Amino acid sequence: MKYLDEFRDGELARHLAREIRQTATRQWAIMEVCGGQTHSIVRNGLDRLLEGAVEMIHGPGCPVCVTPLELIDKALAIASQPDVIFCSFGDMLRVPGSTKDLFRVKAEGGDVRVVYSPLDALQIARQNSDRQVVFFGIGFETTAPANAMAVHQAKLQDLSNFSMLVSHVLVPPVIEAIMNSPACRVQAFLAAGHVCSVMGYWQYYPLVERYQVPIVITGFEPLDLLEGIRRTVHLLEAGTPQLENAYERAVSFEGNQTAQKLLSQVFEVADRSWRGIGEIPRSGWKLRDAYRNFDAEHRFSVSEIRTQEPTLCHSGEVLQGNLKPNECPGFGNECTPRHPLGATMVSTEGACAAYYNYGRFVALDSIR
Amino acid sequence: MSTLTKPDFTQWSCPLPLRDYPSIVLGHGGGGQLTSELIEHIFVPAFRNTTLEAMADSSVLAPPAGRLAFSTDSYVVQPLFFPGGSIGDLAVNGTVNDLSMSGATPLYLSAGFILEEGFPLSHLAAIVDRMASAARTAGVQIVTGDTKVVEKGHGDGCYINTSGIGVISNDVHIDPARARPGDVVIVSGTIGDHGMAIMSVREGLEFETVIESDTAALNGLVASLLPFAPHLHVLRDPTRGGLASSLNEIAAQSRVGIVLDECSLPVLPDVQAACDLLGMDPVYVPNEGKLVAVVDPLVAESVLVQMQEHEHGRNAAIVGTVTEQHAGMLAARTAIGGTRIIPQQIGEQLPRIC
Repeated sequence: MKYLDEFRDGELARHLAREIRQTATRQWAIMEVCGGQTHSIVRNGLDRLLEGAVEMIHGPGCPVCVTPLELIDKALAIASQPDVIFCSFGDMLRVPGSTKDLFRVKAEGGDVRVVYSPLDALQIARQNSDRQVVFFGIGFETTAPANAMAVHQAKLQDLSNFSMLVSHVLVPPVIEAIMNSPACRVQAFLAAGHVCSVMGYWQYYPLVERYQVPIVITGFEPLDLLEGIRRTVHLLEAGTPQLENAYERAVSFEGNQTAQKLLSQVFEVADRSWRGIGEIPRSGWKLRDAYRNFDAEHRFSVSEIRTQEPTLCHSGEVLQGNLKPNECPGFGNECTPRHPLGATMVSTEGACAAYYNYGRFVALDSIR
Repeated sequence: MSTLTKPDFTQWSCPLPLRDYPSIVLGHGGGGQLTSELIEHIFVPAFRNTTLEAMADSSVLAPPAGRLAFSTDSYVVQPLFFPGGSIGDLAVNGTVNDLSMSGATPLYLSAGFILEEGFPLSHLAAIVDRMASAARTAGVQIVTGDTKVVEKGHGDGCYINTSGIGVISNDVHIDPARARPGDVVIVSGTIGDHGMAIMSVREGLEFETVIESDTAALNGLVASLLPFAPHLHVLRDPTRGGLASSLNEIAAQSRVGIVLDECSLPVLPDVQAACDLLGMDPVYVPNEGKLVAVVDPLVAESVLVQMQEHEHGRNAAIVGTVTEQHAGMLAARTAIGGTRIIPQQIGEQLPRIC
């Protein structure tokens, strides 16, 4: 397969892993910020391959995990309304709100549909002019352009039955929040390649400068990740906090300017709550006033819904690498993948879920 | 999409011909004339055998020698017709395969239909035709059946339940609790074909190539393996939940660990590409014409060769081993030399956002 198989070559991967292990004079704590990278790392066993040389800390980059409980509750309230078709990416359906998830709403008669693009939701809106069609617009900078396009199109086509429940979050502010945490253990970051393919990587220079922390733009295939980690370890060993781009085939300095233009037309920067972390100033996007009519929170008056995160959950500390999942009092007791209390146990990519599924595996070394 | 064959109305001699009703009405499930017509014109001609044609309340069968295997499964797939097959193929092959996985020779099936008011008769006839053809291929008889009709909006066109009876020879002991450390894990072909075939049509995704379901009856393949019987410890057909679920269940039931070698898993390039696109893992994607065998290492190579000679086992491959360590769990050596656990999924696999 063009552009995929080349980046999954086992021989090259082992060669890179050897180099990383030989270069590292100590174990470095590197955080990957993107959930897609976490998935690929766990899926390919990269973390175990590099044990001793690199500790991968799984950052708050899974949009499913960091969507705040309050917003899920709003989604559930909207999806439960009889004239609503609620459209979402598949993995949001299992994320629990305070009392239930979207699967339950669907089972109780709600019209909840899995779509693969917000433009599909737009199509559903055109076909069902007597129903309200709501798209759950979550994600980082990566999914934002398509969501912006859907809202933009809806406005152009005057689709009055379409709206979006928006919870967009941004990578640079959360890196900043993590670095500002007094107990921060993270020594370097792998920046999310797909976020950078949209936004470019110019935004990361100030972070490198201010926090003296290496950041390497990294892709998602095993060889991409190993190359990103290899470069990071070299920077750490040399004591040179720099920005490097290890995903040149997709990421440029400026990023996708057409997308950025549309994004700034539709969205404006806003404070956002992150599940398990709390509010981070200027860490997300909301719809601009010109698109207020397409804002589901406005249309369905759910802004009075207020939900507190469970106090037992320490996922914020886990996301910052300060607490191992199994050190949390709720881990494996009140909090399991079937009944998750917080962000990191929700998605299979979350650190707690990964730990729950994989960490109890004691004899893994025996299969090397 | 498969072609729909219309019932041949011109051959019908019924005083109240079905041509008056091109689609299912509530009366077709009422037990009266309309029900009889459905049986006479659609079911009996397709499934034709003396037991069925006796039209008794129950089918009377002579008990075969050996032990009986008995299995039931319901089929609610959407869409009803998909690349490579239909609900009719699944309904026969699925139950035939469930019987086969205990080493049974499948003999008889029942077929229960729940039809939704308004369901086109031409679709029903096409489904029944595919069932008859699948039953002929598998060498089983559909000897009893039932039809119910539910009101419009209370069903999804057509649901089918099939139950099956097979016979197991006394020297065959295939059991999901029989995997032992040192055993070898073999799959009979490429994984994930059926699930991705369904995804590609159900979700309205437009792939450049057509992925076909692998639906097939595996009793012939199993029969060819039975000479290895004492060394054939476990057989499973990895349907819902895919290979990962079957192997997790075997690991739990046999209290052993299983280690897959991901490099050796046969996956069609199109299926792999579709999985990558949707963020899915082929080990969790359903199959409808594959089996996984856990066999004594003594016969592993011979079983593999035997499978590869069969039309439903051409792409068979040795994919893993059974270990004493990490009992109850499935692990994998990844293609790049790492290791991972493949846990049991909580529900069905969902496409990921990132």
